[in-house]
Amino acid sequence: MKITYDWLKDHLQTKNSENQLLEKLTDIGLEVEGIGNTSLDLDKFIVSKIVRTEKHPNADRLKVCDVDIGEKKIIKVVCGAPNAKEGLLTIYAPPGAIIPKNKMKLVVTQIRGVTSHGMLCSDSELELSDESDGITELKYSKYKDKIGKKYFNKNNLNLIDLSITPNRPDCLGVRGIARDLATAGFGKLKINKIDKIKSKTKQKIKIKILKEKNQGCTTFGSCLVNNVQNRESPKWLKDKLISIGQKPISAIVDITNYVMLDLNRPLHAYDTDKIQKGIVVRNSKKGEKFKALDNNEYKLEDGMCVISDSAGVLGLGGIIGGTRSGTELDTKNVLIESAYFNPKSIRKTSKQLNIDTDAKFRFERGIDPLSIEQGLIKAAHLIKEICGGEISNIDIQNIGKYKKKNIKFQIELFEKISGFKISNKEISKILNNLGFEVKENKNFFKLKVPSWRPDIEQPIDVVEELVRIYGYDKIKKIEPLKIRSKSTLNKTQKLFHFLKRSIATKGYKEAITWSFTDSKINELFKSNMKNIKIVNPISSDLNVLRNSIFSNLILYLNKNLDRGIKDLSLFEIGPTFYGSNPGDQETVIGGLRSGKASRLSWIEKDRNFDVFDIKKDIIQTLVEAGYDKSKIFIDDQTPNYYHPGKSGRVFLNKEKEKVVAYFGEIHPNILNKIDIKTETLLGFEIFVDNLKKPKKSLKDQKNIYQVSDFQKSERDFAFIIDKSFKSQELIEIILNVDQELIRDVNIFDVYEGENIPTGKKSIALNVIIQSMTKTLNDKDLEKVNKLIIDTVENKTGAKIRS
Amino acid sequence: MSDLKKIKEEFLSKLNKKLNVSEINQIKTDLFGKNGLVSSQFKKIGTIADSERKKFASDLNIIKDEFQNLINSKINEAEINEINEKLKKEKIDVTLPERNFVRGKIHPVSQTIDEISSIFSEIGFSVEEGPDVENEYNNFTALNTPEHHPARDMHDTFYLDEKKEKLLRTHTSPVQIRTMLKDKPPFKIIAPGRTYRSDSDQTHSPMFHQVEGLHIDKDINMGHLKGYLNYFIKEFFEVNKIKMRFRPSHFPFTEPSAEVDIGYQIKDGKIIIGEGDKWLEILGCGMVHPNVLKNVKVNPEKFQGYAFGIGIDRLAMLKYGINDLRSFFECDYRWLNHFGFDPLDVPTNYRGLSR
Repeated sequence: MKITYDWLKDHLQTKNSENQLLEKLTDIGLEVEGIGNTSLDLDKFIVSKIVRTEKHPNADRLKVCDVDIGEKKIIKVVCGAPNAKEGLLTIYAPPGAIIPKNKMKLVVTQIRGVTSHGMLCSDSELELSDESDGITELKYSKYKDKIGKKYFNKNNLNLIDLSITPNRPDCLGVRGIARDLATAGFGKLKINKIDKIKSKTKQKIKIKILKEKNQGCTTFGSCLVNNVQNRESPKWLKDKLISIGQKPISAIVDITNYVMLDLNRPLHAYDTDKIQKGIVVRNSKKGEKFKALDNNEYKLEDGMCVISDSAGVLGLGGIIGGTRSGTELDTKNVLIESAYFNPKSIRKTSKQLNIDTDAKFRFERGIDPLSIEQGLIKAAHLIKEICGGEISNIDIQNIGKYKKKNIKFQIELFEKISGFKISNKEISKILNNLGFEVKENKNFFKLKVPSWRPDIEQPIDVVEELVRIYGYDKIKKIEPLKIRSKSTLNKTQKLFHFLKRSIATKGYKEAITWSFTDSKINELFKSNMKNIKIVNPISSDLNVLRNSIFSNLILYLNKNLDRGIKDLSLFEIGPTFYGSNPGDQETVIGGLRSGKASRLSWIEKDRNFDVFDIKKDIIQTLVEAGYDKSKIFIDDQTPNYYHPGKSGRVFLNKEKEKVVAYFGEIHPNILNKIDIKTETLLGFEIFVDNLKKPKKSLKDQKNIYQVSDFQKSERDFAFIIDKSFKSQELIEIILNVDQELIRDVNIFDVYEGENIPTGKKSIALNVIIQSMTKTLNDKDLEKVNKLIIDTVENKTGAKIRS
Repeated sequence: MSDLKKIKEEFLSKLNKKLNVSEINQIKTDLFGKNGLVSSQFKKIGTIADSERKKFASDLNIIKDEFQNLINSKINEAEINEINEKLKKEKIDVTLPERNFVRGKIHPVSQTIDEISSIFSEIGFSVEEGPDVENEYNNFTALNTPEHHPARDMHDTFYLDEKKEKLLRTHTSPVQIRTMLKDKPPFKIIAPGRTYRSDSDQTHSPMFHQVEGLHIDKDINMGHLKGYLNYFIKEFFEVNKIKMRFRPSHFPFTEPSAEVDIGYQIKDGKIIIGEGDKWLEILGCGMVHPNVLKNVKVNPEKFQGYAFGIGIDRLAMLKYGINDLRSFFECDYRWLNHFGFDPLDVPTNYRGLSR
């Protein structure tokens, strides 16, 4: 909502400065979004005096004037006005100024060989009046001391842009804002004088509101002004509209706009002679068409509220009028409409047709149902005043009567909510000034809500009015209590928090990417999930919810590769989606590593990142998070975006209850499809929701401390075994040979090739043997050795290498 | 001259030269070996006349001790010299670069969420979460924003179905609804998370982060709202004083509603929070609307309280001097490295938010 202080003063008697105004507006919840000059920069126009004139040497009708523009500066201006004469006070526009009428920017120019520094202006050029014969003549007595000063008073021309919240339709009119300001003690609200129409002419156009289901119009008021002469609006009216950035069109249109902006009372003017046999307000039928004032033709659906005549739709009630019945400069007879349209109906229709107009904006927020007559009277009088004609009586049709809302307001509620007290007298005064009818009782007030406040429905709304007007700065801070009755994070959140930082300590940088992605990329990672489409995506490459963390992360990794960064470790923790219902999502940590673990190092050989690097990252992270390493079980079933031979699946136990992670090389096909160029690309995913939450707290996780001080022995073995045999199983078999004595098994060599039969491999292991109860002698050790070899050979078909 | 004296003189002069460990050991053998000179003298003791034996034995023992001490200290000295020589040869250039390491980083949004959680933890809030996909009811209707409410226009919503029943939550407020439906009052929670609006420019991004706050009890009023938020803002920006302004505003789910501005100024191109005469809007809040409480079966006659919503990304931008919201989600490795945090910098109550 745009206003000027000047316009506000039509309704508000105040001596405060504009700065005070801006502060007050914000304090009472009418947020000042911006302040600007009105569309024109009028600062440059200054009062000046012609001190000498002489005839232009090369043009009979032109004069060269010496002009005093203040501060003892005299400049030369070429002027064609017949009234330019010595001693005249007029308005001077310097080079750089923009002439309001034609929007021309002045420059220093040669006019027939004489240089002119700027221009002397006429009323019409400044849009002060239509007077275009000669330059403006300023009253000597009033302006003689103002030579060199700005002509336009800047203060009152500032455009104040207010952000009016959707609950305050009353402040979409200047008067409503003035009322709020006056209530808050910022001046006095002027009386809005409305003279009743006393006319002998009848409103002879028949109006009928059909009583249909969901009729969007409840009241339709109208009034005729006959025999008018539509014309350009007078200067005061044009100035008003221009000052808030509106374009004047013609008197009748300008008047309806003015009344809307001033009182938030939207009106519509019809050319009476274009209406065929009276007006019917009804629901539209599917397929009806009409051409609106925005020059679009709209095809209507069933049940939209239309104003129609016998020839069809005239306009969409409360939204937009039609071209067929619009007023023009030659309009002779005018019908003014002032109606009440239901906000829901307005909103539904405008959404369906995608129309946004000033009237729609106001009606969907709720217009004062009791302002119908006031609007008609004000507009009719103005039309008569400007365009002449005779005003008819007012005709009001309605289906149902408006009743003011009643609220029983318990006074104690104010303190209960706000935390402070104000006197009953103060409460009563504020509410009165806001337009409430107040009846005081002992502990409560009986209130009638002003008709222009559809937002006030219950006592809490009254509290807001009181705090708002009295001042939010009066609320006293209460210091917070530092008491915690519940732990801040639950176990899942703690795990989330821990895993995130644990992964980061492995050298990964945390990224955050969109939850939506490009369906084409998502396709590569979605396995057997279905695409979850966004109906109205912001762009076609963000059209589905991601099924995998990788779909976005891999693109951003690639962008970094394009930046010339080769060794990259990125991860993200966040939601992936498997359905479109709330909760069809899981929390996943996805990580990507590209390039080399060691590059151009004087001390280490170049080495690409490999599967065992990221396997280490996730296993270490899981172990740090409290999961038992000895129970972790790996197999090789992974989704198709991993390299089938170089990827693994992680479970917390051999029972394979839930997949907790994947890791491996990203499939080379994916790199080809996305055009990623890197030495190597590895990825992992940890499915946080599949991780069992630790049941014990840290203090319960510590078992009894038990170590053996007896001698520890080490034995090395090498087995020749089938190539496909999993080392994980081999280790498990050995560990289970004697759980008392065998403490650890480490693979220190894996070999295929020379001296090893095809289809076989050699695995060399180091086994640590230690008893809790005694020092083992050679015989004991020999027994264990033999048992290990026999068990492995029997269970796996392996042969010990000799 | 007796044999003993001769031996002593001869070997003292030998041992006075600069010798290495093996040379000294040779001398040791010459003296104390099986047939060494000193050893041989000991064998002679029995053959010496009684009258002289005592003195001879005594002299011999003195010489033995003398040589043994001398030899030991010589060996020690030589060994030290030899080690020193060896170490000298092993000297390397320690200014060569260390082995490679990579630093992981925590995203500023994560860090900020942890900071926020840490502050609210101290004043008794716990953390709740809700899904990113919401139904229309939780996101709007239950929050007193029925269909055809103009406030819905302020939320450019992403929908997942044509009927507009499923959507990406436009704010974290539906977590209020979920929490209140799930549990019984009192409530004292914050809910950080991803939120979505179809809007994209310098200051808007289709995905952003919010933290919701909800505090409901028997007597929680606007004074608490002001006090708690003032505490949070002061702690978050790590300043002693904060200029804060409550301004009336409107949200359908709170009544009365307020927006909160903080004072700031620009000094040497950097924003200074807490002083100055400019105002910056940082959050929206208000007393939870009785209609919302009714919707979640909480009796507004018995319980009341406040709620707030803060833009996390915006807070991070202000605190850490980040200019462009979109850069949060562009994953530029250099940016992540610059604005990211070390994973060991965990904001906690006792350590404080930062170093």
